[in-house]
Amino acid sequence: MAETWLIILLSGLLTYGIRLSFIALHGRWQPPLVFQRALRYVPPAVLSAIILPEIFLPAGLPDFSPLNPRLLAGILAVLVAWRTRSTLLTIVTGMLGLYLVQWLIR
Amino acid sequence: MQRKPLFLQGARDTLPILIGVAPFGMIYGVLAVKAGLAVAAAQGMSVILFAGSAQFMLVQLLGAGTPWFVAVASTFIINLRHALYSASVAPHTQRLSPLWKSLLAYVLVDEVYAVAITNFERSAPRGGQHWYMLGSGLALWAGWQAGTALGIFLGAQIPEGLSLDFTLVVTFIALLVPTLKDRPMLLAALAAGMTAVAANGLPYKIGLLLATLVGIVVGLWSERAWQKPG
Repeated sequence: MAETWLIILLSGLLTYGIRLSFIALHGRWQPPLVFQRALRYVPPAVLSAIILPEIFLPAGLPDFSPLNPRLLAGILAVLVAWRTRSTLLTIVTGMLGLYLVQWLIR
Repeated sequence: MQRKPLFLQGARDTLPILIGVAPFGMIYGVLAVKAGLAVAAAQGMSVILFAGSAQFMLVQLLGAGTPWFVAVASTFIINLRHALYSASVAPHTQRLSPLWKSLLAYVLVDEVYAVAITNFERSAPRGGQHWYMLGSGLALWAGWQAGTALGIFLGAQIPEGLSLDFTLVVTFIALLVPTLKDRPMLLAALAAGMTAVAANGLPYKIGLLLATLVGIVVGLWSERAWQKPG
């Protein structure tokens, strides 16, 4: 519990520091270009690095079967996200897809 | 002199975004409670961190028992892009008082940045546009906090066994897919994802950080590979 608060406080402080950084510097210094280019890849890398283990390692155990319910529901969610660009629709169809597959292969 | 209308205009221009952000905050609240966070910690994270995807990631890391230094380092990396927002907003805030700067930095999240920078660039000569950004920031803040609170409340009512942890996966898929605009982005995501799966057994749950680094390197490398002339 104490560690949870430590993590929240430190993460919050660091995040605030990042947001304040250049504002506090009065815009006198701009970040180097390679840094800007590298940061472009952080969102897709982090998101994917959380998604794939959650799909292929449910409860920490590997499941690479094509009938893995999380894999099937995940593919459905990717398709919906790609076609509709709607966050809410992706979440809803992804979850319903998971329930459907779980019910079918039970 | 024209503070109030500017403040309200900023808030009004943020309302359409709130329709997407508030449910997102709600899902965060549900997930946080289901991951075992206390009510105060779940809401506290929304107040102290005030960052969408980083909060989802932290909930997942906390649920997995990640050591504090890895969890904090991961949040740092995922929020490092805010430095670019800070740099981009800085020329428009350089004449403000330290109090204003510290206020605006607190609300400098993706959505507020997007709304505020457009307005700064359009209306800068007229002055007073920091009121617009504050209006946008506080509107988003209020929506995020309300969404979180509702999610915490709902999370406690929803029974177990509904695979709610999977909402994290589908939410992240919804955020990931629009970022895959070109081949380097796609390769970065694939490389990071596969590294994370392969590195799952590594100590200190260091896999996420390692995977992110691999993703960045692969992205930068493939930029050069494909953008070479001829």
